Amino acid sequence: MILYLIKRLLLMIPTLFGITVITFLIINLAPGDPAALKAQSATDALKGEAAMAEVVDQTRKLYGLDQPVYVRYARWLKQIAKLDFGNSYRDHRPVIRKIAAALPITLTLNILTVLIVYIISIPVGAYAALKARGWFDRLSAILLFILYSLPSFWVAMMLIVWLGGGDYLNLFPIVGFMSDNASRLSWIGWIGNVGWHLVLPVTCLTYASFAFLSRFQRASMLEVIRQDYVRTARAKGLSEWRVVWHHALRNALIPILTLMGTLLPGLLAGSVIIEQIFAIPGMGRLGFESVLARDYPVIMALTFIGALLTLISVLLSDLLYVLVDPRITFRRQT
Amino acid sequence: MNSSQSYSALIWRQFKKGRLAVAGLIVIVILFVVAILAPLLANDRPLMMRSGGRWSFPAIHLSNDLRGVDFKVMAGEKKEGLFMIFAPVPFGPNTYDLPHVLEKPNRVHFLGTDGEGRDILAQLIWGSRISLSVGFVAVGITVIIGILFGVLAGFYGGSIDLLISRFIEVMMCFPTFFLILAILAFVGPSIYNIMVVIGLTSWPGVARLVRGECLKFRSREFVTAARLAGARNRRIILRHLLPNALSPVLVSATFGVASAILVEASLSFLGFGVPPSSASWGSLLSGAQDFMDVAWWLTLAPGFAIFLTITAYNVVGEGLRDAIDPNLRT
Repeated sequence: MILYLIKRLLLMIPTLFGITVITFLIINLAPGDPAALKAQSATDALKGEAAMAEVVDQTRKLYGLDQPVYVRYARWLKQIAKLDFGNSYRDHRPVIRKIAAALPITLTLNILTVLIVYIISIPVGAYAALKARGWFDRLSAILLFILYSLPSFWVAMMLIVWLGGGDYLNLFPIVGFMSDNASRLSWIGWIGNVGWHLVLPVTCLTYASFAFLSRFQRASMLEVIRQDYVRTARAKGLSEWRVVWHHALRNALIPILTLMGTLLPGLLAGSVIIEQIFAIPGMGRLGFESVLARDYPVIMALTFIGALLTLISVLLSDLLYVLVDPRITFRRQT
Repeated sequence: MNSSQSYSALIWRQFKKGRLAVAGLIVIVILFVVAILAPLLANDRPLMMRSGGRWSFPAIHLSNDLRGVDFKVMAGEKKEGLFMIFAPVPFGPNTYDLPHVLEKPNRVHFLGTDGEGRDILAQLIWGSRISLSVGFVAVGITVIIGILFGVLAGFYGGSIDLLISRFIEVMMCFPTFFLILAILAFVGPSIYNIMVVIGLTSWPGVARLVRGECLKFRSREFVTAARLAGARNRRIILRHLLPNALSPVLVSATFGVASAILVEASLSFLGFGVPPSSASWGSLLSGAQDFMDVAWWLTLAPGFAIFLTITAYNVVGEGLRDAIDPNLRT
């Protein structure tokens, strides 16, 4: 078990390395020169090409942009190892601080999303499998398919118009993570306030994954139900509830857990649009703003962390798989 | 039961049995036709006109003496011997009609007008060109690169496989949309860049598929037979391997088009897509955002267009997947 963990961690290293290489290569695609961009805004008042060129040069040296590519890469790697992602080009604040501020928000959003998706998809998929080809199965298939095809930003806009600040109902706030004076609320009140703000964004993030996961759950459940042990359990006279819950569902859940690894990174990317629409200061929005401003350190850090989170979630779901399924051991069979 | 039938004919027969899938295919074909015929469907220049005894087709080709002419005004003048046929939607995507701004759907503008008086239906029709072209080109790139790497990895195996598999794994770790955004920020969001970038970020999935199929078929008898028959080059074996490996790729490509269209719409929505001079469905939606308090219905048309297109491709993809599955043969 521990050996498996160590082996997996070791396998992660070359992948991690590859991630840093690719991230760095991408950033260097840029034709724009951040030093020039930076200098331009600062030296608008300055006249004369010479003065401008000198400022650009100095800025370049300051950020170490005058070194060849591999030197910059090695330097960046060393910094990363110390968890120092440098300072943002935009406002000179340390990149880590910015990300550390945004990360918990995005994580909250995504973890809530994953929880809700699982809580809803598993029963839906399981029931559709139990009553296969029945009305529930067919109806849910159509509904889920429609949900899957709806573009998330359209749904977000429709929700804002109908349920948010528009002319119709005004049930939910449409901007931000919490109200302005939320810090004055009690602990419970604060959670309630944040939750109230998150209803619409989380809705937009969850509905697309329902289809995928409940389909999977249905397929897995169908396979399990056909097994002999389920038939035996039923023949033994166990109640349907016990058969389903204790025997069938548990086994059907196993492949679903591994999907968690693939769900999370998709959510990270999907949050870019949703966070932008609902003005939530999370990583997606930070990423978008940095991309607009060509803020290299932040973009690199975000891409790296995104890929890192993906790796970690894949590792976690693999571990979960091993924990949950007693048939899987990694000791050599003697 | 049946006389020998080619594989593709078999799949087509199975596909036809699904009503929903066929409906999706019809929608796709209609969209395709609309996109190709866009200049003939929505144009502020007449399709055909006769003036002073001479015929001309201003919608397709504008001769120099007709440049800058406002054809509607000309039609209104009712000169002698003037004859004009306009397109079904007599507005171009960039025809400003400032007196008629933010109109609800009416007789003149079938789907209303946007904040600058442009006809929504015309913009939808021309926008389909962008969505469809981005979808197909991006998926084309994805499939070509994916097949290349997949075959290299699956067929040759060994260290090449190891290297390519690592590469695929690394690429799949990146959150796709954010990666696309990042690359586009650096190379600039033009329509060609968008196509290429979307294509470059989706190939790992296809490569994995192809690799799996190649691994599966590598040890089959027909490959051994071909080798024994002195297959001149690996190329010939690829001609045996590839046709079998392609069916899941076709399914993946169909879903890929839907996904590419969605990504393009999202990019345009965020303001990072095609330049605003060419109307894209996503930019239509983002334009509608500004007027949500006075004209919220502006979001309905482009959103529904995106939804319909994506649904059609998804339905066809599902239908294809079921048609290929040998367990579901009826």
